[in-house]
Amino acid sequence: MALFQIAEPGQSAAPHRHRLAVGIDLGTTNSLVATVRSGIPTVLGDEQGRPLMPSIVRYLPGGAVEVGYAAQSRQVEDPKNCLASVKRFMGRGLRDVAYIENSPYDFVDAPGMVQLRTVAGVKSPVEVSAEILKALRRRAELSLAGDLAGAVITVPAYFDDAQRQATKDAARLAGLNVLRLLNEPTAAAVAYGLENASEGLYAVFDLGGGTFDISILRLSRGVFEVLATSGDAALGGDDFDHRVFCWALEEAKLPPLPPRDTRMLQLKSREAKEALALHGEAPLTAKLSSGEFIDLRLTTETFCRITQNLVHKTLGPTRKALRDAGLAVEDIKGVVMVGGATRMPQLQRAVAEFFGRDPLNNLDPDKVVALGAAMQANVLAGNQPEGGDWLLLDVIPLSLGIETMGGLVERIVPRNSTIPTARAQEFTTFKDGQTAMSIHVVQGERELVSDCRSLARFELRGIPPLAAGGARIRVGFQVDADGLLSVSAREQSTGLESSISVKPSYGLGDSDIERMLRDSFEHAREDMHARALREHRVEGERLAGAVRGALAADGGLLAPEERGEIDRLLAALEAALPGDDARAIKRAAEALNRATGSFAARRMDEGVKRALAGRSIANLDL
Amino acid sequence: MTNHFELFGLAPSFALDAGALDRAFRELQAQVHPDRFAQAGDAERRASMQWSTRANEAYRLLRDPVERARYLLELHGVDTGFDTDTAMPGDFLARQIELREALEEAKHKRDVAALEAMKRGLAASSRALQAELASRIDRAQDYAGATGAVRQLQFLKRLAEEVDAAGDFD
Repeated sequence: MALFQIAEPGQSAAPHRHRLAVGIDLGTTNSLVATVRSGIPTVLGDEQGRPLMPSIVRYLPGGAVEVGYAAQSRQVEDPKNCLASVKRFMGRGLRDVAYIENSPYDFVDAPGMVQLRTVAGVKSPVEVSAEILKALRRRAELSLAGDLAGAVITVPAYFDDAQRQATKDAARLAGLNVLRLLNEPTAAAVAYGLENASEGLYAVFDLGGGTFDISILRLSRGVFEVLATSGDAALGGDDFDHRVFCWALEEAKLPPLPPRDTRMLQLKSREAKEALALHGEAPLTAKLSSGEFIDLRLTTETFCRITQNLVHKTLGPTRKALRDAGLAVEDIKGVVMVGGATRMPQLQRAVAEFFGRDPLNNLDPDKVVALGAAMQANVLAGNQPEGGDWLLLDVIPLSLGIETMGGLVERIVPRNSTIPTARAQEFTTFKDGQTAMSIHVVQGERELVSDCRSLARFELRGIPPLAAGGARIRVGFQVDADGLLSVSAREQSTGLESSISVKPSYGLGDSDIERMLRDSFEHAREDMHARALREHRVEGERLAGAVRGALAADGGLLAPEERGEIDRLLAALEAALPGDDARAIKRAAEALNRATGSFAARRMDEGVKRALAGRSIANLDL
Repeated sequence: MTNHFELFGLAPSFALDAGALDRAFRELQAQVHPDRFAQAGDAERRASMQWSTRANEAYRLLRDPVERARYLLELHGVDTGFDTDTAMPGDFLARQIELREALEEAKHKRDVAALEAMKRGLAASSRALQAELASRIDRAQDYAGATGAVRQLQFLKRLAEEVDAAGDFD
């Protein structure tokens, strides 16, 4: 792919210093961390060189944790405290969780997001995910010998706002500076597209441990444009394991099992499934705590039969994504397979049959997402990649709307809108003299509110009492480049405004996060102040670098007195940076931020003008 | 505030060069997209999100023939009247009713061939209307006279979406 060259506007003239940035694939079953080293994206392994880290956290009495293989090896003996596949619970309530009856965990039905009771107390899936992220961060910092400037964390493209927010909260809890939440199939497309210099229309078929995504992209001259995405946030390799597990229960005519046996049989079921990929038949044997022996044989034929409808479930979203992109199967030039679960032969066959071509498997389906995320993190951190730059244009997977009369949804932002995006809609009062309006934000494709996901509720008060239909309330949605929503509402005649970031009604508020941070420090005996200092320093250095670069590139846009003020505040920040006073650094950064506001806006306008000027000649012959 | 055509450096016209629009959109996003400002200060990041949002909105609108026509009429002070004026020529309405009945029948019978034929028919009608709009808007500059064709095009777009959705039988 011919990449076009673009100077990085934020830093054109800043002296180049390689910033350590990583891409993290926070998976249902396994997680990975990768970075770009000497221009080459590489997965960072553990001390034993193992690239994957099982996404399993074990809580011990007193609050210590084991993560990864250490936790995995204790699953059978300590099933209630070895938490696996928590990605399935992120941003989800108890009633949304599948197979709860076969799960060994003690669920706590908390408002918003389900929680898990462990020997170390009740844990939110956000906290559990944060432990995984912390372990990956340590791995990266050891391996790269330095502090991380930032990380790109991948999420399933089909994750809704609640799940994305939960992921970002987990990263914050793990002390990571999130450069971007990146959709997994898009990350895979970056890795695949750059590796193979691909141009044209591609489908990325991503079946992970717990989620399924299908994205349709147009790759063209350094631009990765997602045309449509669809999927199923509760369909993955885990479900295939579960079918084998249910089959085993039925074949062996077993009564409901205690947690230990359940966990063991689940693990045996997965092993049998994995063994099938190599042989046509796999043994499934186990000794239960009752002393009973199970001795079964799983054949490929049985496996295909019991998982047939799971395979079929991937095709509906695939059709929908193609339709939303306005494309036919024949338009697709290649289908990139991502996620360990796509190794299953029946899935490869189904995809080949649907698209009428063999899918592309030339990149490791376990690693491709992390590698793409690392490449994007490298660019976002301001390190110039070799061979030029690229641009990602992604979309939101599910429509956003608000509840209107009769429990119906008024769609405000349709699915597959390119982000960032903003839309607004006007609403009016229902009763004479109505002075308050309750706004219920939902996400999903169905007509009824009860079939969509509830994201937040808030109230706009102080509406002037008018006849029904008299007030005009404008509800605005803004979705940022991470796919996260913020909502504002404004009564037009009074200018009364109410705005929220769509956080509080599910999951965690800012105070929850702070409490969790404090708790985790007490256990880790890490110094809260040292951490705040480190964070403010990273932030302050980033800002100082950006402003230096901006002054060098576009200092001419400033009047002498403006320039003097910015120079003074920049010098003050640079003087504060080496000190130990976190608050002084923060204050200096805030002052510099404020002072550069209008400069930033002017630079942006100049950038746009330059983009237009570059084109005006080409347009003369239109 | 520049209008959507000016934002992309394009002459305001209904018959738009899709390739030129694509190129302009990409070049603008390459300048303003938030990924270019991940390391910048808060003010620049905010400005970048606003510009990028605006570029996306303008691109979405200009790419869609119905929205583009509506916007051009608006620029010339003509309201398309989607919300207020629902009057349509009798023969057009009669044809729409026929098509909707045919759609219901095809859906009921799961008749893929009939759906495909409808899709082709709608695409042809839509092309004819777009040719009419190009002539009225770009050449004759008869903006008020174009409203009827814009509303008809909107009808066809809705119906085409329903035909598309009807193809999912599971």
